[in-house]
Amino acid sequence: MRKFGFSISQTRSIDLDQIDFSCLDELREAVPTFMVCINCGACTATCSAQQFSDFNIRKIKTMLMQGQYEGLAKQLDKCMLCGKCTLVCPREVNLRNSIVNMRRILTKKNK
Amino acid sequence: MMNYFSPFVLPFVLGTFVLLGICVFKYIRWYMSFDRVQRSKVKKNILSLKFLPAIWEAILECLFHRKVFRRNLVLGYMHSSIAFGWFLLILVGAIEAEVCIHGSKPFWVAIFYRFFVHEHPTTTSVVFANIMDALLLVVLSGVMLAVIKMVYSKIVGMRRVTKHVLFDRFAKFSLWFIFPLRLLAESYTAAYYGNGGFMTQALGNLFAPIYHEYVEMAFWTMYSICLAVFFVSMPFSRYMHIFTEVFLIFFRRMGVTEGDEKTGYTMYELSACSRCGICIDNCPMDKQLGVQGVQSVYLLRDVRYKRGTEEVANQCLMCQRCSSDCPVGLDLMTIRRQVRTKESALDASGNYSYADNIQAFNSVGRVLYFGGCMSHLTPGITESMIKIFEAVDQNYWYMDKNRTICCGRPLLQQGFLKQAKDLRLKNQSMIIKSKAKLLVTSCPICYQSFTKEYNLPIKVMHHTEYIAGLIKSGRLKLRKDDLKVVYHDPCELGRGCGIYNEPREVLKSVSTLVKAKYEKEKSLCCGFNLGSTVLTMEQQTKVRDAAVESLMDKNPDLIATACPMCKKAFNHATTLQVKDVAEIVAENII
Repeated sequence: MRKFGFSISQTRSIDLDQIDFSCLDELREAVPTFMVCINCGACTATCSAQQFSDFNIRKIKTMLMQGQYEGLAKQLDKCMLCGKCTLVCPREVNLRNSIVNMRRILTKKNK
Repeated sequence: MMNYFSPFVLPFVLGTFVLLGICVFKYIRWYMSFDRVQRSKVKKNILSLKFLPAIWEAILECLFHRKVFRRNLVLGYMHSSIAFGWFLLILVGAIEAEVCIHGSKPFWVAIFYRFFVHEHPTTTSVVFANIMDALLLVVLSGVMLAVIKMVYSKIVGMRRVTKHVLFDRFAKFSLWFIFPLRLLAESYTAAYYGNGGFMTQALGNLFAPIYHEYVEMAFWTMYSICLAVFFVSMPFSRYMHIFTEVFLIFFRRMGVTEGDEKTGYTMYELSACSRCGICIDNCPMDKQLGVQGVQSVYLLRDVRYKRGTEEVANQCLMCQRCSSDCPVGLDLMTIRRQVRTKESALDASGNYSYADNIQAFNSVGRVLYFGGCMSHLTPGITESMIKIFEAVDQNYWYMDKNRTICCGRPLLQQGFLKQAKDLRLKNQSMIIKSKAKLLVTSCPICYQSFTKEYNLPIKVMHHTEYIAGLIKSGRLKLRKDDLKVVYHDPCELGRGCGIYNEPREVLKSVSTLVKAKYEKEKSLCCGFNLGSTVLTMEQQTKVRDAAVESLMDKNPDLIATACPMCKKAFNHATTLQVKDVAEIVAENII
């Protein structure tokens, strides 16, 4: 087959019945405001780390909601905790606390 | 020698030796676990002249309790009447024994002098008896105040007292009982021998009809046991501060500081905390939010007894109000940070490799301007600074104009030490490569980071300092408004870096500065300090509203501050305009 610079993604499915929601539950308990997020992306737009890399808080949230933990810890480590996201959030989600707690929960999980 | 012995002295003698033994053991063990930097500081300065001011400070603080007096006269009297009064009781007792008894004598005679010596009164002995009585009266008045304080703390100007653990209370009661028991024992002896002073003799005369030798012995035994109980419980209770503070003052004067990890020096600091609870009084967590059990006094206690938890350590805005209030001057913020330190943070590396390709701009002869993350949310501040640079024809390099990495302090405060260091090194190499001579920053958080945690070869200024310098040298000409302006001291700039006057000088040259209810080191936190992650928005706004209210005392037309975070916090809390010092200056350039 000739290569056109495209590739075909592997088929991928998320079985919602099989997902391990333990991390999300733990996070929800630690940071109740996490669940009022409306995915507006203001946090990601203002993020300092986002200007340099593919760090994306909205994406991280989606990954967590879908139980996809692969590479999540590495992503979270890119955050500098400057707190701009929390200040701009229209829903007053405590994002700094969410990230600190996500790091904690994932460290515990990966042990 | 033998006639100075009675079985009742045994508890006291044993207690004294146990106390000394435990203290020496603990102090040596703690010193052995100093880290390398701390120990080299001690070795370098142990024979220097730094000792002389340390002696003076130790006398002022440990005996006179100067800082407690400064806070409240009655509280100061309470502390120093017990500490200094008891010290004098022992000292004068020893002098009395030395003067009145010739030849060798055991050391406990100074403590139980009235029991052993009761020959015919001479002028000397009467004078001593009255001095000792006066001193005992002073100590008793202190104990009385302490008892009243327990139920009505307002008498010493405190809103709240510390909730002590059971063991501390036990030690406290044994301390309180020492002095009434001494009074009883001495009075009872005076009843028979007539060797008392004005107080003990008066009380003794009441006892005279019911005098019995066994009862006298019982009183002295109780006094001795009470001393022993206090001595044995002292090294394990809050009263360990009595000796430890002296050592701490000497180590501090030798330049020893708290490190990233808990060491022996931390143990000295933890034990030097008397749990007076002064830190609770003005803590926004308690005063505005009613959250108890998380203040520095409780955290230090928990850490000392190895029960420190991150949950408690997290419940703090790190506004440093407690550090500035602490009469012992403990490094409370660093100890809290040590508890927050994340273990997982130790092996993290390369997290911020994405910032590797930021290029430093050759800035010889220029001023380096670092806005800081938060200033990017308040563009008014950075724009004003650029206007000011241009007004004075200053070449500058706006280091974080487009893309920025954080100074590292927010990570540090949350205990991600390795990550914070990563960011520090990146910024540091960029600053050094730029070859600039001066770094100006608009964010007090970055400012504190640059001055305290970085190792920079160039001068660092907060923009208020920089503007104050421009005004003083006449480079910046401003017109004066007749607006009434009140200045809010940001925690990080004020209590953190001690910059109180420069912003005020600047504001005075452009407006009429009015006073706030709480100023300088007493100013309230805006509630949005990055030191906390766990506070909810509701809690933060409560703290903020209290801060705004305290600024309204003199009906100002404008609130000025010098921190983008504070500005952001106040913006929606009041109908008044909130402006940064730089913004006000930029508007008034001629």
